[in-house]
Formats: sequence, structure tokens, C-alpha cells
Amino acid sequence: MIMIFGIPIQAFLGQLLIGLINGSFYAMLSLGLAIIFGLLRVINFAHGAQYMMGAFAGFLLLSWVGVNYWFALLLAPVIVGLTGIVIERFALRRLYNLDHLYGLLFTFGLALVIEGSFRYFYGTSGQPYETPELLSGGVNLGFMYLPIYRGWVVVASLIVCIGTWLLIEKTKLGSYLRAATENPTLVQSFGINVPFLLTLTYGLGAGLAALAGIMAAPIYQVSPLMGSNLIIVVFAIVVVGGMGSIMGAIVTGYMLGILEGLTKVFYPEASNIVIFVIMAIVLLIRPAGLFGRDA
Amino acid sequence: MTEISMTSETRNQTANRVQIALIIALLIALIFAPFVLYPVFLMKVLCFALFASAFNLLLGFTGLLSFGHAAFFGGAVYFTAHAVKEWGFSPEAGILLGVAGAAVMGLVIGFFAIRRQGIYFAMITLALSQMFFFFCLQAEFTKGEDGLQGVPRGHLLRFIDLNEPLNMYFFVLGVFVLGVFAVWRIVHSPFGMILRSIRENENRAISLGYSVNLYKLGAFVMSAALAGLAGGLKALVFQFATLTDVAWQMSGEVILMTLLGGIGTIFGPIFGAAFVVTVQNYLSTTGFPVTVLTGLIFIVCVLLFRRGIVGEFNASNLAVKLGLKSPK
Repeated sequence: MIMIFGIPIQAFLGQLLIGLINGSFYAMLSLGLAIIFGLLRVINFAHGAQYMMGAFAGFLLLSWVGVNYWFALLLAPVIVGLTGIVIERFALRRLYNLDHLYGLLFTFGLALVIEGSFRYFYGTSGQPYETPELLSGGVNLGFMYLPIYRGWVVVASLIVCIGTWLLIEKTKLGSYLRAATENPTLVQSFGINVPFLLTLTYGLGAGLAALAGIMAAPIYQVSPLMGSNLIIVVFAIVVVGGMGSIMGAIVTGYMLGILEGLTKVFYPEASNIVIFVIMAIVLLIRPAGLFGRDA
Repeated sequence: MTEISMTSETRNQTANRVQIALIIALLIALIFAPFVLYPVFLMKVLCFALFASAFNLLLGFTGLLSFGHAAFFGGAVYFTAHAVKEWGFSPEAGILLGVAGAAVMGLVIGFFAIRRQGIYFAMITLALSQMFFFFCLQAEFTKGEDGLQGVPRGHLLRFIDLNEPLNMYFFVLGVFVLGVFAVWRIVHSPFGMILRSIRENENRAISLGYSVNLYKLGAFVMSAALAGLAGGLKALVFQFATLTDVAWQMSGEVILMTLLGGIGTIFGPIFGAAFVVTVQNYLSTTGFPVTVLTGLIFIVCVLLFRRGIVGEFNASNLAVKLGLKSPK
């Protein structure tokens, strides 16, 4: 048996894969947070709840209407994105001129309402969501067994992350978004509808969270609280990465996911606090975060 | 000139008199309350009122939003419960240990958190308190999911039997009054003035030569220690310690109490805590999900009611008439 640092290579690679999958979700979620924060200056506490809503949207579409995974992958983000747009349009918008902390408190309240309601109707136990037929089963890579769905998650999330990055860095809409981040008043004076951009951005961020949620549904179970602890980890990741750059959020997400997975191999007791420890270390050495610009 | 200063002086005097009268009325109400209402309920209100007052010292008077105060509150619940139950500490020593433990935790978490400002500060405190939550989940002395049960109340100063509900109530009331007085004293000291200047304009405070970070850390530790005092009391009142008290929902709850009552007012957190605890007690008999209502109150407060109960009262016509606020 091949060993790496005294650990059987199967266990090592298995945890590495789990880390990579967790990292995929961290990256997608912190990406959404960074986009919303960049433009709205709001830390979206409801991000975890929107991730959960995405998973539930997929689950309910399947069990009520019989919509399969592939359509749900498209529909769930749209549905959750639309609820995000409604929330931004009628409530969040009123808070932009206040201290940013009110945005955090508002979305926190929103998260409580959403999670509390789902828990009221569906209890705390998870509902299974079947892996789509096309992606079920696995392949033997010789050194380890890879469930196809997990491989798909890693690839798909990379595509989503890079796609979002391209959307923001390389398209006209993205350039408007970036310009509005720098100087909203000036962009508005050029005749670009900045309030509409803000609404769109919140919808996009919520949709991204929902996409992560529906992708997570077959791996983790669909449960009302699946997002509530996750969001705190993602906050720590955002502090580590700094919210200055989109790419920074993505890279930090994957990196910390993998580190967390490796910790499970070498020192399992610390696996659920390792990200927080790294956050503390980064705060000591580089308070603005690894990719942060603000002092 | 002299006339104007005269009227503002008399107004200040009436304001002081009205305030003192209100405080005395509140105290009398609290002294007679246990003969009318269920003492454990009242003690719960007092514990959370003290917790929210401690939290408000940081949010209301220093302008720092901590999303991790459950760590100090719940940490002290564990420390006190463990010291009293396993080590046989007297209740007062147990509570002091809880306060000391919470202060040390405040020092550590504060040390990291003050390195960033605003939203990041909130996220860092949240993350570090979550880390403490995981520690409590795994650590030996907290007994994990089971928690510590059957914590003895013991005898205060060896002769006052705290198992007697009224004795316990008046002990809690005494500590509560001392705690709130400590907050009031800190806020109205020169130190408190500097904290306010940091809240209003941090850069200016720095340029005036204040070591802002030290002041912030000081306020953080004091707030954590007072939150620990509330936690220590709670351990003796309920005689158990569980993970609920260190979970992030608890940090959210104390924010809600403060926000609802009125950020930056001495009495706001007390009324906020009383309201939230009452509503929770009422809802627990109905089956309506508490978190949903908590979230709704949060949303309403943030959108429409940012001054809170006491803040709105202070801004109302009645307060102007009583001389609590000068007319604009």
C-alpha cells in the first residue's frame, strides 16, 4: 500500500476529494457574497438560507411537479434569484444610505424567517435527493474510486466560477457593474440605471447561492438548516480572502476547502475549526485579507 | 444669554428628576414583581437584560457590532456551572470565575477582531465565537450535547440559601442593578466619552492622539466580562449549561434585544430583553416557530424602527414635555 506522510493514499485522496467538493461550494458561495458586497456594500447573511432554498426548490420541483435535476439546475436559481430581486426592490434598497451594519442585520432577520419557516414545515431531518441517472455510479481511477456526481460538482463549479468571473471582468454588463462599484454617482450620470444594476446584482448573488444549493442536494441531504452553519464558515473564508477581488474569493474558497479536507486526514479533531484558525492567523499577518485592497 | 442658560439648566434639572423618578419606579416594580409573577421568569428577564446591557456597551456606546457575544455569555454559563458543580465552588466564587473566564475570552477574541472594522468586525467575532461553539461541542468538560445538568445553587456567602426562590431572585436583582450601574458608570466616565468619540469618528479620535485600539479592546473586554456576569447568573438560575447559550442564535438574540429596546440607551436593552423573553415564553406554549417571529421583528426594526422602544420614546412629544429631550 502506498503511504503519504504515514497515511494510506486512498484515505488521503478521499479526503482531498471531499475537501475539493467542499471547496467548490465555498468558492461559489463566497463568490456570490463578494459580488453582492462589491456593489451593494451589504453582507448577505441570507446567503446560507438562499443556498438552502435552492436545494429545496430542486427537491420540491421534483416531488411536486416531477421536474428533473437538469431543469431544476436551471429553474432553482431563477426562482431564488427572483425572490432576491423582490427583496432588494422592496426592502434592502431602503438601507443603502444607512450604516452597512443595518444591511447585515436585515439579511440576518431574513435568514431567520426563511430557515424558521422551512423548519416549521419540513422539520430538521434531511430529505434525500436522488443523484441524476446520468451521473450516478462511479469510476475506478486505479488509486481511488470516484463517484461521478462528485467529479461533476467539481467541474461544474469551476465552470460556474470562471463563467461568473468572465461575466464580470470581460463583458459590457460586467464593466458597468465594476464601474458602479467604483463610483455609482458618475455611472448614473452616464445614463446607466444603477438602481436596476443593484437589483440585478442581488438577484444574481442569490441565484448563485441557489445553484450551489441544488448542486449540493444529492451530496448532502436537503434540510432547512443546511446553510446556517455553512454561512459562518463562508464568512471566515471571505475574511481570509478579503472581498476586494472576485478571483480572490474563488481561489480562497477552493484553497480552504482543500485545507479543511487535509486536516481531516492528519488531525480530525480540528477539522471544523481549522478555517477559523487560519482566519485568525491571516488577521495577524495580513489584516486586509490575502487578496484584500482596503486597509 | 443668562436667561437661556438658566432655562436649559432648569430643564436639565427636571430631566434628572424625571429620570431618577423613573428609575425608582422601575426598582420598586422589580422589588414587588416576584410576589405577582413567576420568579424564574423574572430572573430570566434580568439575566438577559444584563446581557443586553453589556452588549449595548459595545454596540451603542462604542459603535462596534459584535456577532459573537454568545461565546462570552455561554462560556461563562459553562465556567460557572463547572466550577460550582465539579469543583464545589461557592456561588459567588463560581460567578466570579465565569466573569474572569469571559473577560479572558473577550481579550483573545477582541485582540483579533479589532484588527478590522465595521462589517468585517462583525464577521470575525461571529467566526471566532463559532469556533468556540465547536470547541464546546467537543470538549470534555461541557459534556457535549448533554450539557451540564443539576448545577447546585448553593449558599451565598455560606449562609443565604439560594434554593429559596425569593433569595435567589433578590440576589439576581442585586447583581443586575450593580451590572447596569457599572455600564452607566463606564458610559459616563471620561473613558466612556472617548469610546463615544470613537463611535462618532474613529479617524478623528486617532488624530487626537488616542490609542483607539486599546480603548476598543478595553470596551470589548468590559462588555465580555459583563456578559459573563449575566451568564454566570443564568447558570445558577436555571442550574444547567447547554450548547444553546454558546450558539450563534444567542448572539443574534442579544442583538435583537438591544436593537428593539434602543441602541445606545441605558434602559433600551432592559425593555428589549423583557419584551423578547416574554414573547418567547408566550410562543413556546403555542407552537408558532420562535425564529420566524424573531426574524420578523429584526426586519421590522431595521426597516421602520431603528431607534427602538426607548429611542422612540425619547424622541416623542411626551419625552419633550417631561424635559428628557429638548425640543428642536
